[in-house]
Amino acid sequence: MRAVACSALIALTLAPQSASAQKSQYEEYQRMTAASAPVELFELAGEAAWKKRQGPKNASLEQCDLGQGAGVLKGAYAGLPRYFADADRVMDLETRLLHCMMTLQGRSRDEATKRVFGSADQASEMEVLSAYVAGQSHGMPMRPGKDHPKEKAAYLLGQKLFFHRAGPWDFSCASCHGDEGKRIRMSDLPVLYKPQHVQPLMATWPAYRVSTSKIVTLQWRMNDCYRQMRMPEPVFGSDTTVALLTFMTQTAEGVQYRGPAIKR
Amino acid sequence: MRSLLTLASGCALLAACATQSIVTLQEHPKATARDLEEVTAVLKRDFRERGQAKLSRIELDDVQRVCNLHADNPPAELARPLEEAQLKAIPIPNGELIGDWKRGERIAQSGRGSMWTDKAGVQDGGGCYNCHQLSPKEAAFGTIGPSLAGFGKTRGSNREMQQYAYGKIYNAKAYNLCSQMPRLGHAGTLNEQQIKDLVALLLDPASPVNQ
Repeated sequence: MRAVACSALIALTLAPQSASAQKSQYEEYQRMTAASAPVELFELAGEAAWKKRQGPKNASLEQCDLGQGAGVLKGAYAGLPRYFADADRVMDLETRLLHCMMTLQGRSRDEATKRVFGSADQASEMEVLSAYVAGQSHGMPMRPGKDHPKEKAAYLLGQKLFFHRAGPWDFSCASCHGDEGKRIRMSDLPVLYKPQHVQPLMATWPAYRVSTSKIVTLQWRMNDCYRQMRMPEPVFGSDTTVALLTFMTQTAEGVQYRGPAIKR
Repeated sequence: MRSLLTLASGCALLAACATQSIVTLQEHPKATARDLEEVTAVLKRDFRERGQAKLSRIELDDVQRVCNLHADNPPAELARPLEEAQLKAIPIPNGELIGDWKRGERIAQSGRGSMWTDKAGVQDGGGCYNCHQLSPKEAAFGTIGPSLAGFGKTRGSNREMQQYAYGKIYNAKAYNLCSQMPRLGHAGTLNEQQIKDLVALLLDPASPVNQ
């Protein structure tokens, strides 16, 4: 896989060409790398993490209710984010996993969130768990919760957050993701409040990112966007992150989930 | 300053293009004053300061407030006085504003600066290529802002043009209130010398931008 990626990268660094020629090369590069994704390895690691007994209660996550009943994994990811009565709030996958770590395993928030974003050398527990759970919604239509008042409120808050400009650089999400046909450097920018743009994205996260050799999750994406927006750091699993994910996932509703996928 | 403003509006350069893109967003909703209060309170609750990214960054200034309230398209009677206030606050240095375009090119290439992972004041970049075409040798340029290739070639590099380029980089909102371009000097990301080096990248006849 690495050899394929390298030859693709070498091809990309050749003399300047027209933007459209470069774009098609990127698409070819994405197609080549997608054929040999190491995502399965992360899913296997995630299964081990799911079944591992740990924490003060020496329990596994196997009884975690991800919205379809305790321990039900099939289709669970495709139904998220959604409202959970036991926590009285809307949760995305990672927020729910954190909730289960704290309630089932008795772990503290500090301990369980100490290393939620891993490195190229070592993916985090949260990342491999996300890949494992999401993989079991592969091929299913995404139907996040949208009827409960708190699900509606999360959507509305997410929409407001999406367009809210703040920080030293005056950025909102829409500064980069609000207009058709734009790009940063060579990266095309999806318009994240339009279904046709956000559907292919929500259908593929979490994902293995070739450029950084890391598995990346949606909580990481929210965190790293705010970093680049020059804002302070959003708390992992905070209402802000969940609301944005609710807004985008509801906008993408109905798309067939085909992740965990591979990204540039 | 007055002549600067006239020049800027006459130029219809970076500024105009930046607003147009947002105006076309029919679905872009306007926030209400209550929305801004709500979102600001949520952000204060949900964010933690890290490194140089303090929680004070969540507070809105008048420019951000008006742009949020009007979906980046405020009426002129609201926008003009704010633009003028921003323009007045730009400390245009005396003397030559054209620095070293080679250093300017490095600053334009760097997308770092002002993030919680950056050390304050160290190797800050302008991130210019993220959004603009500049040197034709750089193929990986963004398109959120207009192409600046040949910027000085078509406009010359007299004192007025130097002042405009310096001012636009220092505080883009002085020329177009809800421009998507960061206020790089006003925000403290770039210092005087760095902005002069970027002015050189734009205006120096020897700069690759003007080849």
